[in-house]
Amino acid sequence: MADIRYLDAIRTALEDELAADDAVCLLGEDITLGGPFGATKGLVDRFGEWRIRNTPISEATVVGLAVGAALTGARPVVEVMFIDFITLAMDQLVNHAAKLRYMSGGALSVPLTIRAQFGATGGFGAQHSQSLEAWFAHVPGLRVLAPSTPADAYAALRAAIRADDPVLYLEHRGLYWERGEQADPAAADPWRVRVRRPGRDVTILAWSRMVSLALEAADRLAADGIEAEVVDIRALSPLDLEGIVASARRTRRVAVVHEAVTTGGLGAEIAAAITEAAFGDLAAPVLRIGAPFAPPPAGPELEALFVPSVDRVVEATCALVRGSAPASIGVAPTSA
Amino acid sequence: MTDARDSLAPPADDPLAILARMWLIRAFEEQASALYAKGIIRGLLHLGIGQEGVAVGTASALRPEDLVFGTHRAHAHALAKGVDPVRLLAELAGRTTGLCAGKGGSMHISAPEVGFVTATGVVGGGIPLAVGAAYAARVRGDDRVALAFFGDGAGQTGSFHESLNIASLWRLPIVFVCENNGYAEFTPLSAHTNIERLATHAGTYGIEAETVDGNDVVAVRDAVSRAAEAARAGGGPRFVEALTYRLRGHYEGDPAKYRELAELSDWRAKDPLARYRDRLQADGLLDADGTTVGGIEAEARRRIESATRQALAAPLPAPDDVTRHVYAS
Repeated sequence: MADIRYLDAIRTALEDELAADDAVCLLGEDITLGGPFGATKGLVDRFGEWRIRNTPISEATVVGLAVGAALTGARPVVEVMFIDFITLAMDQLVNHAAKLRYMSGGALSVPLTIRAQFGATGGFGAQHSQSLEAWFAHVPGLRVLAPSTPADAYAALRAAIRADDPVLYLEHRGLYWERGEQADPAAADPWRVRVRRPGRDVTILAWSRMVSLALEAADRLAADGIEAEVVDIRALSPLDLEGIVASARRTRRVAVVHEAVTTGGLGAEIAAAITEAAFGDLAAPVLRIGAPFAPPPAGPELEALFVPSVDRVVEATCALVRGSAPASIGVAPTSA
Repeated sequence: MTDARDSLAPPADDPLAILARMWLIRAFEEQASALYAKGIIRGLLHLGIGQEGVAVGTASALRPEDLVFGTHRAHAHALAKGVDPVRLLAELAGRTTGLCAGKGGSMHISAPEVGFVTATGVVGGGIPLAVGAAYAARVRGDDRVALAFFGDGAGQTGSFHESLNIASLWRLPIVFVCENNGYAEFTPLSAHTNIERLATHAGTYGIEAETVDGNDVVAVRDAVSRAAEAARAGGGPRFVEALTYRLRGHYEGDPAKYRELAELSDWRAKDPLARYRDRLQADGLLDADGTTVGGIEAEARRRIESATRQALAAPLPAPDDVTRHVYAS
């Protein structure tokens, strides 16, 4: 299989699911034109304007109508242009999509996929750059996927569309033009963690764009004689705790890297879960590396300071292994 | 009694079945109130006493396969569409045999098997869901109609306006039914908006609308029938505003001191059951059928007594049930 871009993997997954199942339909702003990044380009020509449906800028009702369509036989995929805009649809996602199976005692099913891109890159500023995954991982009934490679992006999107639960599928804008194999047997089960690089000294847990950062950090740590295991979490809810804890037991030291602010972030949940399951096996407290407690800034220089860097991951992980007990990064607001 | 009156399917053109269904709902709601007073039903309970004409008039204008979405005050919507009162009572009482295994309660009823897709506890939240059901029907090319019930309080939500806009833009097969009972929670509609008739909004979006007397079950049935058939025929959405009144508080336990007694007694005089009963009597239909007014009411109460015994005999949930039905698997 050819080398493809992450964005093309998304488009191909959509096309393959649309072709495989007439119940699949896409809804979103400007999607017949391809949307802002071209993820749906050309699909209207093959599947028609009812299944590839442009919507007004009405996030609450667009997500709500996708829930209603999912309840009554369709398998919709909604493109929310930026995760930041999902705030407008929180009632439909949190109060309806996530809860209707439960509230109906299993009488209803919500096979809905929400695609949303997230993350700070390109200086889009605080309302177009957030990493909000922890909000959704906190809601029972939602599933959250955040693939890091084109192969994972393809497999995860097909799995999301086929799932009978509402799935939030997170795409990092900074990954869209990354290339990789489309077909990769290791991408098969997107609900489980994937060990991207084995190592014995420390585990670095990451997802989405932070995985490539963790891999780069691991290369540099290896030059210093530290063998880091890089584990791609892939499914943020429900978490594959078995896979996460297994790696923690192997290496006895864990750093979690995410682009979201550290406070109340998913890293805190993962750290707590590891501690509860494997405290006796740990040689050091679980380390969190994330953004400082601030909105994503627009200016490129500030944005670069906001997003975790390879340097910071290398430095903190090195200290974790060498026993100099680093404080988690990003917890405290930056001092004035 | 004929089969039509015993059946759970929505009554169509049988006037006595329509009256019987309204009585079944009234008896159900009064029983729910009594069980709430005894602590057998707990939580939040919003009763539709006084609004039966809208629910039954609407359901009698629809086909069994049409898809209805209700509000937080949806017992009447559900029972009118054909939901089994035994399972609904069991749900209110938190039993495993409830419609939703005891997890939905009064505000979150679902019975997709009779075309009552779901209700919602969020004001205005169900309207987009119904738009989605209409969109799905349109994508499949079937001729089902979706119908959203909502109250006057929902008219001030963004979802309401976005939904009307999209339904109109896409010419979807949906009927919007506004139960305008004059109060959004504890305050009159005039405290929420300067718009007196919610049907006014429909015009803004190019949707044909009718405002009818919601306590006249026939007027409701005729208006919803016209609306549903127009939507089914590809004419796009329709809007029916039914003017009605809740004879109880916002929820059980609300003393509703914000209402004048004179207003309440005016509306009691317009009780949709009494009005329809009088009409059938005047037309000679009740006597001609050998059915008495008292007989229809007594039969409804007997059915609800029996439903109550069955519902309360069912088991309470087990500890494991708390985490069942969160995900598909």
